[in-house]
Amino acid sequence: MKTGVFICHCGLNIGGVVDIPKVLESLSDYDSLGYVTDYRYMCSDPGQQLIKDAIRDKGLTGVVVAACSPAMHESTFRRVAEVAGLNPFRCEMANIREQCSWPHRGEPEKATEKASAIIRASLEKVRRNLELSSLSIPVTRQALVIGGGIAGMQAALDIADAGYKVTLVERLPYIGGHMAQLSETFPTLDCSQCILTPKSSEVGSHPNIDLFTNSEIHAISGYVGNFNVTIRRRTSYVNWDVCNGCGLCMEKCPVKRDSDFELGLAKTKAVSIAFPQAVPNRPVIDSEVCRHFTHGKCGVCEKVCPVGAIDFEQEDTFVDVKTGAIIVATGYDLHPKTKVGEYGYGVVKDVIDGLEFERLNSASGPTQGEIRRPSDGKIPKEIVFIQCVGSRDEENGYPYCSKICCMYTAKHARLYKHKVPDGQPYVFYMDIRAGGKGYEEFVQRTIEEEGVLYLRGRVSRVFEENGKTVVFGVDTLSNKKVEIYGDMVVLATAIIPSHGQTNLARLLKISTDEWGFLSEAHPKLRPVESLTRGIYIAGCAQAPKDIPDSVTQAGSAAAKVLALFSSDTLSHTPEVAFVDEELCRGCGLCIEACAYDARTLDVRRGLAVVNEVLCEGCGACQVACPSGATFQRNMDTAQVMSMIDAVI
Amino acid sequence: MKLSREVIATEDKRKLQDISGEEVLSCYQCGKCSAGCAMTEAMDLLPHQVIRLLQLGQVEEALHSRTIWVCASCLACSARCPRGMNLPNVMESLRAQVLRPGDRSLNPADIPYELLEIIPEQALVAAFRKYT
Amino acid sequence: MVYSYFPGCTLRAKAKGFDSSALASCKVLGVRFLELQEWQCCGATFPLQIDNSFPLVSPARTLASAKKAGRKLVTLCSACYNVLKRTNHVLREDLDKREKVCAFIEEDYFGDVEVLHLLEILRDKIGFGSLAAKVVSSFRGLPVAAYYGCLLLRPPDEVGIDDPEAPKVLEDFLSSLQCQPVEYPYKTECCGSYVALRPGELTVSPSRLIVESAKSRGAKVIVTSCPLCQFNLDYAQSENVARGEKAVPVVYFTQLLAIALGLGEEVLQFDGHIVPPGLIFQAAGVGGVGA
Repeated sequence: MKTGVFICHCGLNIGGVVDIPKVLESLSDYDSLGYVTDYRYMCSDPGQQLIKDAIRDKGLTGVVVAACSPAMHESTFRRVAEVAGLNPFRCEMANIREQCSWPHRGEPEKATEKASAIIRASLEKVRRNLELSSLSIPVTRQALVIGGGIAGMQAALDIADAGYKVTLVERLPYIGGHMAQLSETFPTLDCSQCILTPKSSEVGSHPNIDLFTNSEIHAISGYVGNFNVTIRRRTSYVNWDVCNGCGLCMEKCPVKRDSDFELGLAKTKAVSIAFPQAVPNRPVIDSEVCRHFTHGKCGVCEKVCPVGAIDFEQEDTFVDVKTGAIIVATGYDLHPKTKVGEYGYGVVKDVIDGLEFERLNSASGPTQGEIRRPSDGKIPKEIVFIQCVGSRDEENGYPYCSKICCMYTAKHARLYKHKVPDGQPYVFYMDIRAGGKGYEEFVQRTIEEEGVLYLRGRVSRVFEENGKTVVFGVDTLSNKKVEIYGDMVVLATAIIPSHGQTNLARLLKISTDEWGFLSEAHPKLRPVESLTRGIYIAGCAQAPKDIPDSVTQAGSAAAKVLALFSSDTLSHTPEVAFVDEELCRGCGLCIEACAYDARTLDVRRGLAVVNEVLCEGCGACQVACPSGATFQRNMDTAQVMSMIDAVI
Repeated sequence: MKLSREVIATEDKRKLQDISGEEVLSCYQCGKCSAGCAMTEAMDLLPHQVIRLLQLGQVEEALHSRTIWVCASCLACSARCPRGMNLPNVMESLRAQVLRPGDRSLNPADIPYELLEIIPEQALVAAFRKYT
Repeated sequence: MVYSYFPGCTLRAKAKGFDSSALASCKVLGVRFLELQEWQCCGATFPLQIDNSFPLVSPARTLASAKKAGRKLVTLCSACYNVLKRTNHVLREDLDKREKVCAFIEEDYFGDVEVLHLLEILRDKIGFGSLAAKVVSSFRGLPVAAYYGCLLLRPPDEVGIDDPEAPKVLEDFLSSLQCQPVEYPYKTECCGSYVALRPGELTVSPSRLIVESAKSRGAKVIVTSCPLCQFNLDYAQSENVARGEKAVPVVYFTQLLAIALGLGEEVLQFDGHIVPPGLIFQAAGVGGVGA
């Protein structure tokens, strides 16, 4: 046994606190030490070369790199060891930065002692480390995308275009998400439908995409490369395979209801297709209002359907899918109307939200694109936009910025001005956040050329008086309180995760932040990966973002999936738990302790069994096991004890 | 302050724009002008605040400000303005709004004789062009 | 080198020393100034009302007269320089205004006479190197602060004889006379200009800040090229002078030039200055200038 110790200065991060020559000296009494040296940046190319040379020249059988956290560079140095002919699992890192020089900056002598102790502990560990080899996992090269908005569609298309099968699951009867509801898009003002429709139909007809709309994830099991998913296809009471989308049922249906797609600004029928360009172009019967279900009679649709597609007996169906990777792109909702009392939302009829304004603006919307206020259909001549409704309001909403509102409000004000040239738009804002290509220019043009009056401040109250929508607020630039007797108010309500996202995250065992947005593995370097291998995230499900960012993130998630699919097997760390079958009594405590579902009970043999692929080597089972039957490979009890001995 | 179409797009505001050639809405309110103005000590409103009043249609208030008479047209603000706005032109347009009907803001009799004796001619010419 | 010369009104009244020191110095340097036969006041301030072309008439007349003389037009006063250059700019760029003004003065003038400041001639035609060679009376490292003010520099795209935020032409000029240029943060700040005629308006005079800043950095003299700047900076020190405190004389750059070239007191005409410059020069042992 000849172990080498390589101490990194990490510039001044370690070297500026820990007395490295002293540490080197303190190790001199350690037996079986093959080589000790230090270097300014061990992770640099010359640093790595130094390790490689020492392994070869000194015939080292183990390596301890005393540097930063293993989370940072363990894989780097293990690769170095492997290249030099050493089993990579005989290379360990001693963390003398995060656990020593950083927290003990003010006490260099103690830090030096501690660094020495940490290195000794690592030497003990390496001494008992086994020569392991990585585990191999088969990969099912098919993907599942959850959410059929622009992010999900883009991810599905990118994977499908690369030649792999994709299952796309969307809760609503159609794909396109909120983008399908938008009128024009910033900062170019191209029509949302015009750029979305080609993508939707491509998704609908792509030979590699299996589209499940009106569907949800019912159950999920498995792990990276090998997920088993059950999709619940909700009944539409229409046999979509037979239906040809002629729309006769919708035309003849006698029951009217508020259109969800039009956000209640227009009516639709009990049997309906959300909008004319919907993909798939198939109707759904709303059993809550359909007279067949509420009164037990009617059946007009059934009578008029030329192809006999109406099926009142149809039930939910379940489809099992095997998939190697999952992309979650479940999108967003808006902060609920009822929660902003001072803005009269839900009480004053002419106070609407941004999405509703999109529908008013849309040529295919309830007013055919004319800006008419909901109360009396009049064209508003003075319109007030209020930003940060729920956003950047820690006390009454959310602390975060919803990111897209500055831009869409500028867009709304501008589109309004185009349609009502003699009208006056006002925008109450706190800051204008227009960081994006062409965004700032767009906002400034809106202010300067369209004459939209930006007022820097929040609004205190919105109420109705003599047919006017009155807004009280402040302009902190002039330090004047502001009163506007306007005709209509549009609220830029906060973006929140789509309802059901928290449940889905639980089902997938991926984490969310306190607001329900999906957590990424690393905010900068792994922004599209969840902490669970094989599950990726894209779009507003992760955080509020605009269309370009959603599309970018979707493409990036797809690239990650494709990288996963580049081989039909995956490697997994062998540093996982194992069960000593002689000692295990089958009590099952370890199964409860495991956070990764990596343990099952073999009832027949009365033993706990480890699914090595799911095991993350956290050690919870080792602690839980009352019989001492469970160990982590290369972190067994004897190793831990000797490490403790080395320290104290 | 009640805001309405009528308030923010007044005839006065249009006139100011005709005289100054500047669109006050282009101002960011970043404050660069006020930060570098040498004369702020004697001003009741900072230059950017005058612009803000105009953006809000509060022309009267701007016209009553001391600031417009203290501005020395030194152009430090316009040379640095990130939006390229000629603030001195706007100040000039406000002065013109007061002076054109025949008002004057500097009475020759108010200038102390001792000062008159020594101040360069150039100052007198400039001041009477700016203040009368 | 022969140029048409536009003195402007102040140089023939309260700023005579600026005029005489410049003309005498130029003679020594071999530069001939031929005063325009016809000139009138430039208006002292460039008109900022874009709907009124009338204030352009007077400077346009002067410019048209220079055109007829067929030479480049030189001026000394920063204000004149500013107004003439900006008028030229408008007459070149704004056809509508040009038409109006030309109709009024009954001349065809297109803004095409080159307007130069004496500093530009010293820098670009003579060169500060050649100038240094002609110095007969060195200032021997006298610390002098250059004060630019506004009109030589702004607006930079129409006027600027140098970088508007970091000019150095005056410093280079001072170096060529073996003065030690003093760097201080106020050299391009406004002195208050014509607002000086509204007594009581300014509680702390911007001129005072300028002088104090230069003084605190060791300046013994301040140079300028604008009579109003000269006056404001000088006047701001009236009380100091009255109380017999230390004050910094404010002189025209041409007055330093004349001293360096060995010219006598008769061309300097320091008599109108509030802070008497003579003592400083005497103390510095320059050119036998008396108090």
